[in-house]
Amino acid sequence: MTATEFNRSIDAIWRMESARVIAGLMRLVRDIGHAEDLAQDALVAALEQWPREGLPDNPGAWLMAAAKNRAIDLRRRKKMTDRKHEELRRGARTRRGTETAEEDDIGDDVLRLMFMSCHPVLATEARVALTLRLLGGLTTDEIARAYLVPEPTIAQRIVRAKKTLADARVPFEVPRGRELAGRLASVLEVLYLVFNEGYSATAGDHWMRPSLCEEALRLGRILAELAPDEPEVHGLAALMEIQASRAGARVGPGGEPVLLLDQNRGRWDQLLIRRGLAALRRAEELGGANGPYALQAAIAACHARARTPGETDWKRIAALYESLAERTPSPIVELNRAVAVSMASGPAAGLELVDALTSERSLKSYHLLPSVRGDFLFKLGRLDEARAEFQRAASLTRNGRERTLLLGRADACTKSKP
Amino acid sequence: MRFMIIVKGSKETERGAKPTNRLASEMAAYHEELAKAGALLDGSGLHPSARGWRVQYSGARRTLVDGPFAEAKELVAGYTLIQAKSREEAVEWSRRFPNPSVDGREAEIEVRQLYELEEIIPDNGVIGRFQKIGIGAKKK
Repeated sequence: MTATEFNRSIDAIWRMESARVIAGLMRLVRDIGHAEDLAQDALVAALEQWPREGLPDNPGAWLMAAAKNRAIDLRRRKKMTDRKHEELRRGARTRRGTETAEEDDIGDDVLRLMFMSCHPVLATEARVALTLRLLGGLTTDEIARAYLVPEPTIAQRIVRAKKTLADARVPFEVPRGRELAGRLASVLEVLYLVFNEGYSATAGDHWMRPSLCEEALRLGRILAELAPDEPEVHGLAALMEIQASRAGARVGPGGEPVLLLDQNRGRWDQLLIRRGLAALRRAEELGGANGPYALQAAIAACHARARTPGETDWKRIAALYESLAERTPSPIVELNRAVAVSMASGPAAGLELVDALTSERSLKSYHLLPSVRGDFLFKLGRLDEARAEFQRAASLTRNGRERTLLLGRADACTKSKP
Repeated sequence: MRFMIIVKGSKETERGAKPTNRLASEMAAYHEELAKAGALLDGSGLHPSARGWRVQYSGARRTLVDGPFAEAKELVAGYTLIQAKSREEAVEWSRRFPNPSVDGREAEIEVRQLYELEEIIPDNGVIGRFQKIGIGAKKK
């Protein structure tokens, strides 16, 4: 192996192991910044030793042991000057005595780390950055590029997040009882935000940023393994698997977005669909059919099961949106319900629902409202009104590709005129 | 990127020998590890070649040949399909694959990257036909 190949292997191993190493260290040091520093030290040691001595059989255990030894060393040194740390040292010794038990608990440690980095004490964007950094093993530069912001912004966001967690003394644990539901919702929200940022990029010239989708999907799959009894975890996994199955079909040859009903369904990834349907079944078997993510996954599943757009069960989709609106009322859900209703019962029925939303303040600058309304008007032959709506939608979207698509639809209104 | 870890056949797999408890639990642990890393996509063991068949071509002529087939080592006994961020990650996962031999001695696995259709078939029309029936990894 050449040095470059070796470094690339070490890099790959680091990405695979870093979350587990940091999580394992948290038991010892209880501070994310410190745990991350120790893990980095272990990586530096690996970069020195592995090219000389060859890859260890179990690189994860090697990194963990190196980092823990370093932690214990540092602590010993500190102890010489500060007797008060006696207590901590004792903690470390008992830990070392239960090495095997710890190995089995690594998964739980990763789960604890996930709950910590998604803690509601942090602002949403801080949760996202910290989770991608700690659980995804992404560098600040990679996160910055994915979110199209300068690297120092992300670096600062992460530093501040770690400080906030330390100041608030957020414990390294999986919440129990009543607290669990709310905290889990925060974890799911972060993963789905990352997925959506990748799936329909809110800014920039690319319609999708696949690396974010892949990362969110990977973290969702991990979470489904670590918290297998939580139905919504499977609901979210199902939703992301099914949406990801369409990734190859929703971008045209020129990079332009292709709408769901216009997609070549042969390009949908059947393996991901199968995985998504299985995850949805698991959510339902756990009694979670009415969870917000499971409901959205069930809607996605309706599309996935239809071999042609004409076979889509729009009545069921409209009913699922109705349940979703009951669970999590929101104008966006209503807007989607309007689309389903229009497909099941015609554009006039859809328009009626959408018109009730035009006074909704939160949708004032949401491009999909005029876009959907324009579509209904177009189908009803009210072309002048439709054109105005498409133009309005185009002026509201921040995505370049989508703007082109909407202006195209506005043009089509003129061309279709008799 | 998707990779297929292919477990090669052996006298034992061809006999349809059941894995020992130890092997079964090693395999379960490995696949659990893959799943917990979000890297497992699919996987299965295959029946012995005695229950399979081949179709041999010679120009327009085709002949059906029933198993079993010789050269157990050339046969496929099972596979694990993984999602990896890089070739190096896939290499690392393959290094951790347990020795799949039933007797705990010689065995071999082989790892191959899945093509995306665009990589092998230049003609757009033909790609479309494959994709219509859901064959081929999709470009991400």
